[in-house]
Amino acid sequence: MANVAKRQFDAVIVGAGGAGMRAALQLSEAGLKTAVLSKVFPTRSHTVAAQGGISASLGNVQEDKWEWHMYDTVKGSDWLGDQDAIEFMCKTAPEAVIELEHFGMPFDRVESGRIYQRPFGGHTANFGEKPVQRACAAADRTGHALLHTLYQRNVRANTQFFVEWMALDLIRDADGDVVGVTALEMETGEVYVLHAKAVLFATGGAGRIYAASTNAFINTGDGLGMCARAGIPLEDMEFWQFHPTGVAGAGVLITEGVRGEGGILLNANGERFMERYAPTLKDLAPRDFVSRCMALEVLEGRGAGKNKDHVLLKLDHLGPEVINHRLPSIREIAIKFAGVDPIKEPIPVIPTTHYQMGGIPTNYLGEVMVPKDGNPEVRVNGFYAAGECACASVHGANRLGTNSLLDLVVFGKSAGDSMIEFIKNERPTHKPLPENAADFSLARIARLENQTGGEEVNVVREAMQKTIQLRAGVFRNSENMALGVKEIAEVAERAKRTQIKDKSKVWNTARIEALELDNLIEVAVATMIAADARKESRGAHSHDDFEKRDDENWMKHSLFFNQERRLDYKPVHTKPLTVDYIPPKERTF
Amino acid sequence: MTYTQADKNRLRWRSRRGLLELDIVFEMFLEHDFEGLTDAELDVYQDLLMLPDIDLLELVDGKTDTTDARLAPILARLRHWQVVKQQ
Ligand SMILES: Cc1cc2nc3c(=O)[nH]c(=O)nc-3n(C[C@H](O)[C@H](O)[C@H](O)COP(=O)(O)OP(=O)(O)OC[C@H]3O[C@@H](n4cnc5c(N)ncnc54)[C@H](O)[C@@H]3O)c2cc1C
Repeated sequence: MANVAKRQFDAVIVGAGGAGMRAALQLSEAGLKTAVLSKVFPTRSHTVAAQGGISASLGNVQEDKWEWHMYDTVKGSDWLGDQDAIEFMCKTAPEAVIELEHFGMPFDRVESGRIYQRPFGGHTANFGEKPVQRACAAADRTGHALLHTLYQRNVRANTQFFVEWMALDLIRDADGDVVGVTALEMETGEVYVLHAKAVLFATGGAGRIYAASTNAFINTGDGLGMCARAGIPLEDMEFWQFHPTGVAGAGVLITEGVRGEGGILLNANGERFMERYAPTLKDLAPRDFVSRCMALEVLEGRGAGKNKDHVLLKLDHLGPEVINHRLPSIREIAIKFAGVDPIKEPIPVIPTTHYQMGGIPTNYLGEVMVPKDGNPEVRVNGFYAAGECACASVHGANRLGTNSLLDLVVFGKSAGDSMIEFIKNERPTHKPLPENAADFSLARIARLENQTGGEEVNVVREAMQKTIQLRAGVFRNSENMALGVKEIAEVAERAKRTQIKDKSKVWNTARIEALELDNLIEVAVATMIAADARKESRGAHSHDDFEKRDDENWMKHSLFFNQERRLDYKPVHTKPLTVDYIPPKERTF
Repeated sequence: MTYTQADKNRLRWRSRRGLLELDIVFEMFLEHDFEGLTDAELDVYQDLLMLPDIDLLELVDGKTDTTDARLAPILARLRHWQVVKQQ
């Protein structure tokens, strides 16, 4: 097959969002030759959308402790989170945020000059007693500020950015070790082999498998698709977070910070229904819980609007001052995408797919871990993952708001450190590439070029999105999910025969979208099969026929092997690093 | 500059943004307005796409305005799609 150009680096990072850039900084500052690939300009990564903030028990506004943060995260995860990873994240949080401050990130401040903290759903003081202000924010531009700060630092540290490059496939050698990736340079249409001592995936989420999503179009789960094709299982893919407050119709997100600042949810009767379901935390209960309550209100006929299909988010009682000052872009969003001015009227909202809890299986060091010879967790040499594409697993069955940005910087950094150690101690020189390392990717592209009698990419993508939306949404039951498994298998067959009209070489967006669909479809199949198999309700996976959490049989992570369409399971880590295990309790709020 | 098909495709790709709010608007713009743009208008569009997402959104939202008169016609189209989308 064709001769493909090769380039060598110490580390190759796929993804220039918060996680990828935090890891890159670690590596470049350690003097390693580090390449970062991104489909779009780094500061246009989806992290830019994060408005609400980043959590850390700094205790600047109210007393706080990392142990409380850990408790909230374990409880939020509905006891599916790994407690060693959760301890690591919550304990490291204050230093991670202060480090960002030192990097120059412009956080909001209280009068004393310390970082201002706002309340956010699921975050409490004293082990669930009352809400606590733990979210650090840079106005409602936290993600934007984070990306800019990290990008500047990386430029200074000589990280090499490959902008508008799309990674296509993971390269593993005969031992199963990861030795690089193949990638498409959009400007030339050429495929390259990037040879590395260590590879990190930080490709973000795959929210676009759903029809209604708060995610930008770029979130196509490429890292997950590449893993699936390379025989690496995907963990806990049945768990997708539905954000309670997507603008009805458009999907655009209204941050939880709005409820943190005092916004409340009302049903068609004007009742503040969350008081009924969650007497303590009310509107600030965790997302899965609030989403389910909203769906129940609608199902039971108390939805608002002419189709009775949404509920209302009221904030006019906060006054124009607070709305304009603390939540300016929310007002803009409401006016443009819902046609209402929240200073006067409530915003129509529905639960909307927001975040992928599952992903590439890793430990808290960012190392990718897979089952081998009866051992559930064996390291894949040279392969790391961090951020939304990874499953460490700190979010378990449900992520707490503001814990994702924290995850990016904590695990981005720890993955970077692990890679530095690995390169220094175990891989001082490059392991050879397998012969014809690019053949698989080239064959995929050739298939697409030569396809006849196939379907258009957007037709198949819409079929996939419709199926997942209908069969793997907020409410799930056996009958519906069994149908979903059948239907998504049919869509996956159609995805193998996608066809593009445009055969041009450079900047061929049709080809890029077809390659993205290859990734989306792997995630959709994994999601549907893992969801259908889990016969309990836990966190975001709410099963109508099995309404209770079943710790005896189901306190375990799922692992989906796409090639064989096979599920496996592995235990949840119940040993924190230093503190006592937090035993399961019923989740009430 | 004169825009080849490849140049136009580059601009299409760069219309992919980090914010769903912008994706929704640009999708409509690309479908209905983009192919009709003159080279001079494409120059302007290219400049617009250089802006950070947050600033671009504020412009499209009409929350900020620009003194650059060249931007006005394209901004008007983008704003038009945003308003259409809400119905
Ligand atoms: C609207 C919204 C608001 C949110 N608000 C908050 C919040 O307030 N607090 C919080 O904690 N979390 C929030 N989240 C979640 C959080 O923003 C994301 O989980 C997080 O930003 C993901 O970061 P990441 O670094 O993993 O990936 P991303 O920022 O999504 O970056 C992925 C990167 O990978 C690149 N990439 C992907 N595929 C390829 C490929 N094949 N080749 C090359 N490059 C590739 C992309 O170009 C990009 O650079 C929010 C999410 C949304 C949707």
